[in-house]
Amino acid sequence: MLNENLGIVYALLGAALAAFLAGSGSAIGVGMGGRAAAGVLTEKPELFAKVLILQLLPGTQGIYGLLVAFVVLGKIGILGGTAPTADQGLLFLAACLPIGVAGLISAIHQGKTSVASIQLLAKRPDSFGRAMLLPAMVETYAILALLVSLLTVTRL
Amino acid sequence: MKDYIYEVARIRVMENSLLTKADLDQLLAAPDHEAALAYLADKGWGGGAGVTDAETMLKAEEDATWALMTELLGEGRELDILRLTRDYHNLKAAIKDIYASSGLAPERLYLEGGTVPAEEIRQAVAEENFGRLPEAMQEAAVQAQQVLSRTGDGQLCDSIIDKAALDALTAAAEDAPDPVLAAYAATTVVNADIRIALRAAAAGKNAAEIAAQLAEAPDLNRSALAEAAVGGKSSVAEYLKGTPYSALADSLSRSMSAFECACDDLMIDRILPQKSEALSLGPLAAYVIARETEIKSVRLLLTGLQNGLPREQIRESLRQCYG
Repeated sequence: MLNENLGIVYALLGAALAAFLAGSGSAIGVGMGGRAAAGVLTEKPELFAKVLILQLLPGTQGIYGLLVAFVVLGKIGILGGTAPTADQGLLFLAACLPIGVAGLISAIHQGKTSVASIQLLAKRPDSFGRAMLLPAMVETYAILALLVSLLTVTRL
Repeated sequence: MKDYIYEVARIRVMENSLLTKADLDQLLAAPDHEAALAYLADKGWGGGAGVTDAETMLKAEEDATWALMTELLGEGRELDILRLTRDYHNLKAAIKDIYASSGLAPERLYLEGGTVPAEEIRQAVAEENFGRLPEAMQEAAVQAQQVLSRTGDGQLCDSIIDKAALDALTAAAEDAPDPVLAAYAATTVVNADIRIALRAAAAGKNAAEIAAQLAEAPDLNRSALAEAAVGGKSSVAEYLKGTPYSALADSLSRSMSAFECACDDLMIDRILPQKSEALSLGPLAAYVIARETEIKSVRLLLTGLQNGLPREQIRESLRQCYG
């Protein structure tokens, strides 16, 4: 019974890792940003809109992980498609790892950069553009991981 | 490891209110003491307009800094190392107050904001119940009180407690939760050691006697410092050039107040990297040190203006700004 379903088990594990790891990273990153935002807003409530944007930047990795997980679920017989063989299941698992791992790490580091940018905004409220650009740079690597995962999963 | 994201973010906003060099220049350009006070009141010092007494204003600022730290850290004792010297000041004041029955108002003798309430220290000394004091203080308190009651020598009493304070700082630095606090302790001990060494040398003490009075300081060799002190300020300056405190060497040849100023400036130099630190306790410690340093500068400036000192002389005593 398990051998018959091994493919779907591997594929589901991949989908779970993509959503769980990237989502956890985003939760940590957004949480860090939120604490810094609260610190600034205690003294300068007028900066709410700007610090909110900076806080939310590390949230994208969670969305990327979810997107990859949905595509996998749509191809392995859960939301559509057909159940994969064990080999195909392993390929799905491997395809999910880039966004899972890079999503986790990049979201945490983007959170730290967002914290620093929120603190920069606290000192120089007119530096919003520059403050936003710095954490946005970290996003590049999450997007690269998303592309690899998404392209691979859709080709399987 | 604990992080201080919320706290540092709030401190970043508060740093905008620190005085800058331009502010100090404005204060120096004030026609008199009252105009300088008015300028500070406009900047929000002492709670805004209406404060006409400099000490009331400065005390309000000191209290506000520690009130903010209490709000941010709650019952946390992470920054206790910055308050240790207040405890020992209060211990000295209590021993002398009770010995001399001075009858002076407590607010003129004691400093608030120590790690132990000043009243508790006073009571412990009055009742000779030294067990109520922190452990590190007990032995020095007993010894200082005995010396004072036996010899009446206030200076000797002070030196016993000063040495205990420096030893406590050195010990606290070893477990300091942040390198900034360890740097603060080291700079404070070095500053004190050099002053003690030069004073003892001027009083005709030999190197061994001087070394016995010095506290252990990182990067300074007590015996070498004591030997140098016997040779005077120039040989201490020469010795310092071979240590991480070489920045202090030149100031020694000018005056002791220039040396004090150089010590504070060195401390500010050491906390400057905290401006780019986002998560640790360092920026909080740096803010407290920066506030205390700027309050010291303002106190010197206001006193200078009140006494009609030349502006250039006042300027030389002003510390570097962190803001």
